[in-house]
Amino acid sequence: MSTVMAGRQQIISLIGNGVTKGVFKMIKKLGFFLLMKGIRMATLLVAICFISFLLIKNSPIDPIQAYIGADMLNVGPEQRAKIAAYWGLDQPVGVQFLNWGSAILSGDLGTSMIYRRPVADIIGERFVNSLALMLTAWALSGIIGFILGVVAAMKKGTWIDRIIKGYCYTLASTPTFWMGLLVLIVFAVWLKWFPVGMGVPAGVLAEDVTLLDRIKHLILPAITLSILGVANVALHTRQKMIDVLQSEYVLFARARGERGFVLFWRHGLRNVALPAITLQFAAFSELFGGAVLAEQVFSYPGLGQATVEAGVRGDVPLLLGIVIFSTLFVFIGNLIADLIYKVLDPRMRGGEHYAFYSRRKK
Amino acid sequence: MPILEVKNLSVAFTQYTTGFKQKSHQVISDLNVTLEAGKILAVVGASGSGKSLLAHAILGVLPTNAKVSGSMTYVGEELTHARKIALRGKEIALVPQSVNYLDPLMKVGKQVRTSVRTGDPKEAQKNVFERYHLKPEVEGMYPFELSGGMARRTLLSTAIVSGAKVIIADEPTPGLDPTVMKEALGNFRELADSGCAVMLITHDIDSALSIADEIAVFYAGTTVEIAPVTDFTGKGEALRHPYSKALWRALPQNDFIPIKGSQPHSSALPPGCLFEPRCPWATSDCRKGRPEMRELRDGTVRCIHAT
Repeated sequence: MSTVMAGRQQIISLIGNGVTKGVFKMIKKLGFFLLMKGIRMATLLVAICFISFLLIKNSPIDPIQAYIGADMLNVGPEQRAKIAAYWGLDQPVGVQFLNWGSAILSGDLGTSMIYRRPVADIIGERFVNSLALMLTAWALSGIIGFILGVVAAMKKGTWIDRIIKGYCYTLASTPTFWMGLLVLIVFAVWLKWFPVGMGVPAGVLAEDVTLLDRIKHLILPAITLSILGVANVALHTRQKMIDVLQSEYVLFARARGERGFVLFWRHGLRNVALPAITLQFAAFSELFGGAVLAEQVFSYPGLGQATVEAGVRGDVPLLLGIVIFSTLFVFIGNLIADLIYKVLDPRMRGGEHYAFYSRRKK
Repeated sequence: MPILEVKNLSVAFTQYTTGFKQKSHQVISDLNVTLEAGKILAVVGASGSGKSLLAHAILGVLPTNAKVSGSMTYVGEELTHARKIALRGKEIALVPQSVNYLDPLMKVGKQVRTSVRTGDPKEAQKNVFERYHLKPEVEGMYPFELSGGMARRTLLSTAIVSGAKVIIADEPTPGLDPTVMKEALGNFRELADSGCAVMLITHDIDSALSIADEIAVFYAGTTVEIAPVTDFTGKGEALRHPYSKALWRALPQNDFIPIKGSQPHSSALPPGCLFEPRCPWATSDCRKGRPEMRELRDGTVRCIHAT
């Protein structure tokens, strides 16, 4: 018996040392993880650049016509050819792509044809506007969705659950622009609580625009985006919470006398919040897609509206710039989601331990 | 006076099959068990005989679609659902079977500390870890980092720190090596000797025999026999019920002869005695109704033919 005990002590102390070693291991692993993600991002960007370049090249957009606009009638075929030669449009597609790609690599995204300003400036400016809108919608939908999901699961099968579920299913199948129009009609046209659109009041000098004005213009598009974003988080959270409530550890917690809010706080919240937060970060792409439509409906001067403008009016540099930027944006959202799991979930911190755990789990 | 008495407990689940058709599963029928302070009652039976559900019924943690009838008393007083909620984790504690019963995202030390009902949680947790040879580092570990033996001792610790008088251990030994298993069983004996009433749910008859005072044999959701541990000897001549005898004789160290057939499913129980379709003693009287539990030679049995 004593040798067995000694053996066990040794094993336990080995595990103890493993904890300190684990910290270094974790940092090393994290570094490797970020390196791999960096490589993946680079390859993704190259692929996206190439594909979008080809798509634009084969689209009906004529860059010369888009540049010259209405004056096209005054431009003869010789002048046209000269402009094409000046821009390098007479060269093979591969060479054109390399020219454009090397400019991008040196940080030059080109000049927007609509705005006649550097693409990087436009994206920066528009993104700040969009960021306010998207962040508000993102946080609101995350928090409200999470609460709704938890409440529905805790009251599963009751009328509260049914109402929340019905609400979510309805919203999940509602187009953003339609919801935007409804919100506009009700709150801006009928109730006149909020302005009808745009980012700032019309006819007011830029320096006279107050923060309150900006917030007032932000509310309706933000609400539209939030209302729709809620469904996704709420339904996922509800299902996850139901799984947690049926888990063996919650049964055991109940057997130990825990119930109601204490039970939720100790065992529910952490186990449900992790997937919900991850989901919310991974939903950056939907957020961006939603913003494009919502900004269009509300004439909100964000990145989404710029995207539509660039597409409709054939502003190739701006369109490509936005494609690259949105790729980065969505990629970073997913990266954060992955990182949160790596850092917050103890099972993911030590990879080999997790393998052990999952093997034992039924 | 028994500390916990379960009388005629029945548990049924209703399930929707196709459309609005409901199917009823009678998982426990007319079950009786009695726990006494200082004693270990081992509950043995095949998988699906309702052993774990009995534990959940006592603690009041059955799913909401379960229909429970019968009576339970705790120290002479009716154990209502409200009283179960008040008593569980305080006077009645569960020792579950695997590490999956611990919250995967909470350090185990904290999980033990939240089970403490009186006194300083930190102190109680340190003491109990020392008692069960769990190193101080263990309290900072997450459940997935524990070995099988460590997990079992942690689970037992949650029951000990609660100061409960009734300990219900649901299959606490599977997957443990013989040394650790012996230690685990020894822990339960210790608890009983210090005045607790222990209910040990297991399908391992050997380990049950080594520490229990009484054995309750489960079959298809009911007790067919409750006998003192000393009756499990020889060829099982001292046992009362034909199923207990068959179970005993099926063990490898005895005759190693299984009986034909299998336990009836909870949705299709026979109308009379639940063991009748497989019983060598069965007569037409056995089909007329469920036999009552009756006293016989220092034990109880549910069979009209038993002598």
